[in-house]
Amino acid sequence: MNLFLTIVLDGLIEASWLFVVALGLTLVFGVLKILNVAHGSFYALGAYVAATTVTLVAAHSLPPAAGFVAMLISVALIAAAVGLLLERGLLKMFYGRDEVVLLLVTYAVFLILEDTTKLIWGVNPIYATQPYELFGNVEFAGLYYVGYDLMLIPAAALIGLAVWYGLNRTVSGKIVLAVIHNEEMSVSMGVRVNRVYAAAFAFGVLLASIAGALTAPKISMQPGLSSDVIILSFAIVVIGGLGSVEGAAVGALLVGLARSAAVHLMPQIELFMIYLIMAAVLVFRPEGLFKRETARRI
Amino acid sequence: MARPNLFLMLLPVIAITLLGRALPTWTLSLAAIAAANALVALGIVVLARTGNVSFGQGLFFAAGGYGVALIANHFGLTDAVAQMLIGAVCGGLLGLVIGPLIARYSGIFFGMLTLALSMVFYGALLKTTVLGGSDGFNVGRPTLFGIHFVDTREADFMLYAIAVVTTGLAAIAAKILFQSEFGLASLAVRENNLRVEYLGISANRVIATNFVIAAAFAGASGAFALMAQRHIDPQFAYWTTSGEFVFIAVLAGYQSVSAVFVASLALELVRSFSNLYLPNTWQLVLGIFLLAVILFLPRGIGSLWSRERRKTGDSAATPAGEGAAT
Repeated sequence: MNLFLTIVLDGLIEASWLFVVALGLTLVFGVLKILNVAHGSFYALGAYVAATTVTLVAAHSLPPAAGFVAMLISVALIAAAVGLLLERGLLKMFYGRDEVVLLLVTYAVFLILEDTTKLIWGVNPIYATQPYELFGNVEFAGLYYVGYDLMLIPAAALIGLAVWYGLNRTVSGKIVLAVIHNEEMSVSMGVRVNRVYAAAFAFGVLLASIAGALTAPKISMQPGLSSDVIILSFAIVVIGGLGSVEGAAVGALLVGLARSAAVHLMPQIELFMIYLIMAAVLVFRPEGLFKRETARRI
Repeated sequence: MARPNLFLMLLPVIAITLLGRALPTWTLSLAAIAAANALVALGIVVLARTGNVSFGQGLFFAAGGYGVALIANHFGLTDAVAQMLIGAVCGGLLGLVIGPLIARYSGIFFGMLTLALSMVFYGALLKTTVLGGSDGFNVGRPTLFGIHFVDTREADFMLYAIAVVTTGLAAIAAKILFQSEFGLASLAVRENNLRVEYLGISANRVIATNFVIAAAFAGASGAFALMAQRHIDPQFAYWTTSGEFVFIAVLAGYQSVSAVFVASLALELVRSFSNLYLPNTWQLVLGIFLLAVILFLPRGIGSLWSRERRKTGDSAATPAGEGAAT
């Protein structure tokens, strides 16, 4: 019973940050129809920026709470700037080209960012553990958990709800949905699609970076971080259905739980498990669990 | 369409192979790796003619490599030509299993499923301790027709010759294939698979067959990579390995077979020079190089010299949506 609870809790913690990353990926795909290979790099960027901020704040002997807040703010600012810059400065030039070409453009961005982070932060692991003690330790049904980890679950749920509300209940969200649904129609209705593109991409980058910042205190930042994260979030959005918010949530839960179950029961099959789920979903429901099949033009 | 002259196509292969005698040692191994990578990319180009891009060629690359490595270690088979053939058979057989299953998918789903399968294989290899897990294992030096190469320069030339001849023959086969009825049907599948079905050709079978060809090419290339490194590890199946092959294919553009070789060589040159002069930023250079090619040569490196073809086979030779970019 205890083992079961541990698996579920660990799975939820894992699922929470994965969900935030995957949410960004799925939104960018929904709006821009780009499968963003560089998405993992934005996660890594967020984690690195967070580490720097936290270390700076700690060096000025400010409390860890200040470090936590400062880290979120600095990451949000940098992510928005990087996202807008990339979309307006680079991706814009490739719209209308083949899907695969756009994918390779983001692959190039991934390569560039990979080395840029190495140039700025070096290749040795860096840490930002100060905020990790912020919420103390929590006893939960006989299990001891770090409060920070548990806090990630409501944080991710909150982000998910906010995005869902923003998309479905506000005017600008409905405009985004309209662009996702039919871009040509939106243009003829007077929607400035290029602005929606820029905003959606920047928001996707923001989500990935925030997830990076939130997990930064838990992990060690080192090269290779981004390629592992992107491969997990790919699996999640494919399981859930590309472009679907609910799908990202369910996909993240599945992957998170599968991962923690594998870690506790059969550690040797961890990565294997996730891709097996992904392949199985693709075989039986290629559009993902949460996406309706669309009629094709002949 | 005139039938391609086999002799004329064989000439450059022979010439490039003999050129290897004159090349300095460092270019020899570089060109050999470029030729072997070009073989995988050629497979991607073959498959891309049906409109599908595989992001999981690392799966067959690794399958070929591991298959050859296991046979070499268990049965002592070290002949280079036999190893290339075994690699191609391993890759091809796996392709034969996966191809028909995967042919039903298209576009981004095709790419994601191939990626997922290669990552399943990677995950499985990582945890298989019999195969050395994440460290992989070593194999002995290859021989050729019973000759053991003691001199490293001779061994390098042998590998170079094997790579160039294999890729050259594969390129000739691809060229013949492209102009055959089957090759034209492949293009038609990309344009509109439903109409192809109405004409009485199974689109899925066309895709599956092209998939098996691409898998066999990747398997042979994996066997070569094994011979060159004399070591194999799960990295062969990782997604960045597959990504690099797609990179070469897109760099080359989908219209010229020789462009694949040039693109692969260009990539290796950029990589080794930036490795030499900018050891920590070669990925950065690579990324900028890729962006520059996509931006300034939207039809790939091949568009530099196969321009006259554009008029006759325009819609056929470029992926959809690229026409306006030039």
